[in-house]
Amino acid sequence: MQALIQVRNLRFRYEDGTLALDGVDFDLYPGETVALLGPNGSGKTTFVLHLNGLLSGEGQVIVCGLEVTKRNLAEVRRKVGLLFQDPDEQLFMPTVLQDVAFGPLSQGCTPEQAQARARAALAQVGLVDAAGKAPYHLSAGEKRRAALAGVLAGQPEILVLDEPTTYLDPWGQTDLITLLGSLPQAKIIVTHDVLFAAAVADRAAFFQKGRIIAQGSVADIQRRFGWAPPAARPANRPD
Amino acid sequence: MHHATLDQWARGSSALHRRDARVKWLVLVAYLAALSATRSLFPMCVLGFAALAAGAIRLGRLPFAGVLARAGVVAPFAGVITLFTWLGGEGGRALAVLVRSYLSAVAVLVLVGTTPLPTLLSGLTSLGVPRFLVLVVQFLYRYLFVLSEQAQHMRLAAASRGWQAGRWRPDPAGFRAAAGVAAALFLSSQAKAQAVHRAMLARGFQGRLVTLAPPALSIADLWFLAAGVGACAGLWLAANLFG
Repeated sequence: MQALIQVRNLRFRYEDGTLALDGVDFDLYPGETVALLGPNGSGKTTFVLHLNGLLSGEGQVIVCGLEVTKRNLAEVRRKVGLLFQDPDEQLFMPTVLQDVAFGPLSQGCTPEQAQARARAALAQVGLVDAAGKAPYHLSAGEKRRAALAGVLAGQPEILVLDEPTTYLDPWGQTDLITLLGSLPQAKIIVTHDVLFAAAVADRAAFFQKGRIIAQGSVADIQRRFGWAPPAARPANRPD
Repeated sequence: MHHATLDQWARGSSALHRRDARVKWLVLVAYLAALSATRSLFPMCVLGFAALAAGAIRLGRLPFAGVLARAGVVAPFAGVITLFTWLGGEGGRALAVLVRSYLSAVAVLVLVGTTPLPTLLSGLTSLGVPRFLVLVVQFLYRYLFVLSEQAQHMRLAAASRGWQAGRWRPDPAGFRAAAGVAAALFLSSQAKAQAVHRAMLARGFQGRLVTLAPPALSIADLWFLAAGVGACAGLWLAANLFG
């Protein structure tokens, strides 16, 4: 099966000299959901920012058969929908409807098409009633759903979600698990929440010091790295 | 986050709230033009303009006392001009300046109090105001809430570590601390701006912002426009004929 995303030997260094990615290899196949786990600062977010060309390092990133270069950024960004950790950064238009329609309009849809797509995406996340509201009037959970609607309205083939459970209460997390399960796209989910990862992901990749050091089932990664909630964590953490 | 009073008023559902922002802008412009173009503001004329403003407050179900008190914000500015005009021996003109400023402020408050700012800005765009100007105000307004929230969090964090607002002393150490806080807020707003730009790029932004088309005006909007502009024109005509 042809991979939707192929990453080979990706290396990236920030301007201050910090080596954030040190030779990452990764594949994502159609329909699968992969959780990216690992300690803070291990390179997970830096990695996903490369998938739609927001950062550009050495190595090769191929998305749906297109190598990510400056020339085809618009097309790559149509294929990869990125949900940021902080929804406030993603909701910048005056109303929820306008914000959700931003992606389709930027892709060249007519206002009518964009509005139809935006309303459909809002219905998908259960936020139709909030269409006319200003983003700052939404609760944290609603902001998260509105931001997700903004990504879905772009009709991407791949969803990349950076810490999607941040700010969500347990009910909100359950709703998100159900929603993600209903979406047909392949997904990459950056998370620290292993229970959430176990509920949504088919497999996991574990980042450490800018490299993927292990891949396998979420349960396997949990066991090998002691990557579990505090209550379930063994007293002696394996190195 | 405690939203401003005006923002709360603007979320009402009165007949005036439901009118299209473009129409409300046009009526406001007609009102301000009529008010400023009226040569002499004799008492009946002032009463006419005040009655129009009062009617709008009533139609928008806004609190009279609240609107009248907030309109007083123009008093210091208008007051200075009034004072100098008065001292220049033109008592009548001085009073007219004060009345015009106050009634203008009331009218603007009625507009802002019955229309959420995002809708107001969309209305401006539809009326042909340069998109760039509207965008700047839009982003400023949107992130003012985020920054204000951030400032409140910083204040809480400082208070939790023993800082007391009332006990701040304007000494060098106090100024250094305040400057540090301001710098931190500035840096976080810079980081926020970069993050927003990144989020825009991620959703396909290529430098040109396209927005949804505004909805068509309803019959009620057109009636409101005709009645509003007609009343303002009528008042102006009457004032200039009988004044």
